Amino acid sequence: MTEMLATPDTAPPVEVDGLCRSYGERVALDGVTLTVRSGELFGLLGPNGSGKTTLFRVVSTLIAPSGGSARVLGHELPSESIAVRRGIGVVFQSTSLDVHLTVRENLVHQGHLYGLRGAKLADAVERELERVGMTERARDRVGELSGGQKRRVELAKGLLHGPRLLLLDEPTNGLDPAARRDLWDHLSSLRAEGVASLVTTHLMEEAERCDRVAILDRGRVVALGTPHELRSELPGEVVTIEPRAADRVDTLRDAIARAFEVEAQSVGGVVRLRTSETGAGAGLVTRILADFDSDVASVAVGRPTLEDVFIERTGRTFA
Amino acid sequence: MTWLPAYTLWKREIVRFLRQRNRVVSALVQPLMFWLLFGTGFGGSFRMGAGAAGAADSAGAQDFLEFLFPGTVILVLLFTAIFSTFSLIQDRNEGFLQSVLVAPVSRAGLVLGKAAGGTTLAWVQGLLFLCLAPLAGVPLSVSTFLVGAAVLLLVGFGLTALGLLGGWLMDSVQGFHAIMMLVLMPLWLLSGGFFPLDGAPPWLAFIMRANPLTYGVAAFRHALYPGGLPGQDVPSMAVSLGVSVAFAAVIFAGAWMIVGRRTRGDLR
Repeated sequence: MTEMLATPDTAPPVEVDGLCRSYGERVALDGVTLTVRSGELFGLLGPNGSGKTTLFRVVSTLIAPSGGSARVLGHELPSESIAVRRGIGVVFQSTSLDVHLTVRENLVHQGHLYGLRGAKLADAVERELERVGMTERARDRVGELSGGQKRRVELAKGLLHGPRLLLLDEPTNGLDPAARRDLWDHLSSLRAEGVASLVTTHLMEEAERCDRVAILDRGRVVALGTPHELRSELPGEVVTIEPRAADRVDTLRDAIARAFEVEAQSVGGVVRLRTSETGAGAGLVTRILADFDSDVASVAVGRPTLEDVFIERTGRTFA
Repeated sequence: MTWLPAYTLWKREIVRFLRQRNRVVSALVQPLMFWLLFGTGFGGSFRMGAGAAGAADSAGAQDFLEFLFPGTVILVLLFTAIFSTFSLIQDRNEGFLQSVLVAPVSRAGLVLGKAAGGTTLAWVQGLLFLCLAPLAGVPLSVSTFLVGAAVLLLVGFGLTALGLLGGWLMDSVQGFHAIMMLVLMPLWLLSGGFFPLDGAPPWLAFIMRANPLTYGVAAFRHALYPGGLPGQDVPSMAVSLGVSVAFAAVIFAGAWMIVGRRTRGDLR
């Protein structure tokens, strides 16, 4: 028997297998298995409390797994934490910059923490300032920057030491739409440099921009694949019907299910049903409006989204 | 990887301090006010040594302003130690600490950098205050200044380490206020810096002798009065230095160990 020993350079950036983590009684991760490949933009999509931040913390070496295994850049966690830390860049949900220091001082400080100094450090600082378009603001205190600019500096900070894996926890939290797009453009372009990113989000449109997505719910992976693959699992269209009276949602669901001989769900205060064929939705909408006009506030029809995948797998909305 | 991270964390402490002007002012003005108000206010009712036979005649006679001076310098150090506690809690609340914790920095580097930063700030402020000694009637020579500076460095280091230890254990600013009022202020009030050991009732004197800061204040008094402290019940220089070194070493080791162990409080 020959055994292939993966060297850290070729090892997948993240490999977790049966990963568990509990906080006291509460189980935050319940057997998560997934692999992030080299140079891949990988999304962890899930509602609050789904375990994605816990997974982020384990992979970023902040907390140890309670069970299962986690290998990052070929190093075992938690025993090889220091080796992992050298190779990962981390962008936290809340800002980690020192507001009293200038942009450049923050980056220099970060470089020192990673053992960079002298010309090598100066080059890295200029390179990353350039990347995020903050060269002009290098001498300004971080406290004077806007939220979007701070995020860009956070990104520069995370990339300063040239990591092979970038970990980001809800990086667009609190940003306006333009700043969100800007950040995601940066993440997309990192792929070309062979930097893999693992990013948590609760936004469908962000997950859509990932190469692959793992949908998490209650500490488990409920779906994993490219956004296209995941959506393709659901043929047809999704019709959502909002009742006029919120307490009538279950009655409406049963009535619609009987009338059209379809399977209908009530999730998050709306009735939801899926047609088996594309194009069938429009006809259904017309008939629902005709038959249930007095009970229905609005009807919408669309192609299944990642949210529909979540609902399909968990029976709950993504709230 | 210890020294470069420790250096950069040290430097950050200093830069941050200098950029927060209110901190610079309050750290020096507060003790100064304290000293002048208490020193002159209590001056009339204070008699050194409680020896009824006219202490004013003896060589060691001090008025309260003079008596209070060494304790006030130690108070400056204590305030800075409080700030180092506060700065750690701030680092955590502002989110700064999380990026240090995922960097390939040994915890030793982290503790060393924070402790060195806090100690430097405490020391420099203590030295500035020490320069006021002549105003208190304490003559300064080069040698008393140097010995005094060395003692301040030692005591400042111990108190900063104590602040870090407290800060690491605490998650909130409320906890910080509690420790300040319940631990740090009594530590100073019962250090022989505010009132002398020999005037205190036995039970209080017992507590004061068990207080490690008593030895810091005593060492500093010895440093300022190389000719000795006649008529005052103060631990000897050797004992004071010994206890101060041991205190600083134990507290620093404690901070070192606890920073290595506790990580859950860093998650928010």
